[in-house]
Amino acid sequence: MSTAVLPYTVEPHPVTGVYSGKLGIWLFLASEVMLFGGLFSAYVFLRVGAEAAGSPAAWPTHEETHLSWVIGGINTLVLIVSSVTMVMAWASLKMNDFAKGKMYLWLTAALATTFLVVKLAFEYWPKFQHGLVPAKNNFFGIYFTLTGLHGLHVFGGIVVILYFILPGSKLWHRDKEYYANRIECTGLYWHFVDLVWIFLFPVLYLL
Amino acid sequence: MAGSHADISKHVRSYMAVFAALAVLTIVTVAVAQFHFSDVGNVVVALIIAGFKATLVASIFMHLKWEKSISIWWSLGLCGIFFLALLFLPVLTANDHPPQVHMGTWDVTHQVAKSGGH
Repeated sequence: MSTAVLPYTVEPHPVTGVYSGKLGIWLFLASEVMLFGGLFSAYVFLRVGAEAAGSPAAWPTHEETHLSWVIGGINTLVLIVSSVTMVMAWASLKMNDFAKGKMYLWLTAALATTFLVVKLAFEYWPKFQHGLVPAKNNFFGIYFTLTGLHGLHVFGGIVVILYFILPGSKLWHRDKEYYANRIECTGLYWHFVDLVWIFLFPVLYLL
Repeated sequence: MAGSHADISKHVRSYMAVFAALAVLTIVTVAVAQFHFSDVGNVVVALIIAGFKATLVASIFMHLKWEKSISIWWSLGLCGIFFLALLFLPVLTANDHPPQVHMGTWDVTHQVAKSGGH
């Protein structure tokens, strides 16, 4: 059986100047900017509207939201370190060190899981127990929408990274450059997820 | 995209520098939030720091500093324009009446109409 070969997985496409996967992931990320951008816009709309309405209860204070900047800050650092391990995985593969690349991918997956566990066990769960649910007020509505969508992206990232550590790693033995490129695309997505959190953290926890 | 062994080693050094910068800037973000400049001032300071961190991630970790593909830059340029348009949307609502005024009026007339009908 002959295997179908995707063109331009390694060599740059003559029209775009990059391998096609990279342009593909950037186009996907552009659509992601629109998705999160719309929700950020909704946040601004709700907050400005609440302040214009003049009701002191319209937008909760930090004491009322019970969001700890310590937990948020720790998770910010966890995601930053995971971005470093992700890019180090790619760099190791480019330097032909598969074992090290895989080790960095494991670390990235572990850090991503840490982020989700902290988010769910120390933030979502206690909030739910105290009745701080999305229906509580506009703040919690947009807080759970933004962080929930971001959390789903973290989960999606874990699935993709685990795929490339386990079954997907066979590709390395067939075509090293192709595998490294796929890890670069995974990294582009992963750094974007980190980038969204860089904005979510001050907006939701500090302002 | 692909670089030589030496190029990648150079990259790794910049990754570590960016890592240090991001960690420090996270601490700075938390530290400046303890001060109250003004409502707008705090937002501006927080967004400037976040924007700087985002630029570091995009240019170094996401390799945009070395990106030469015109297709990617076109996609990102268009994306940026539409993103700004999205963020501008709430400004367009600035002259709208506060919602509870509408609701109040509507509620009253609605109630009157209902009770008047019976």
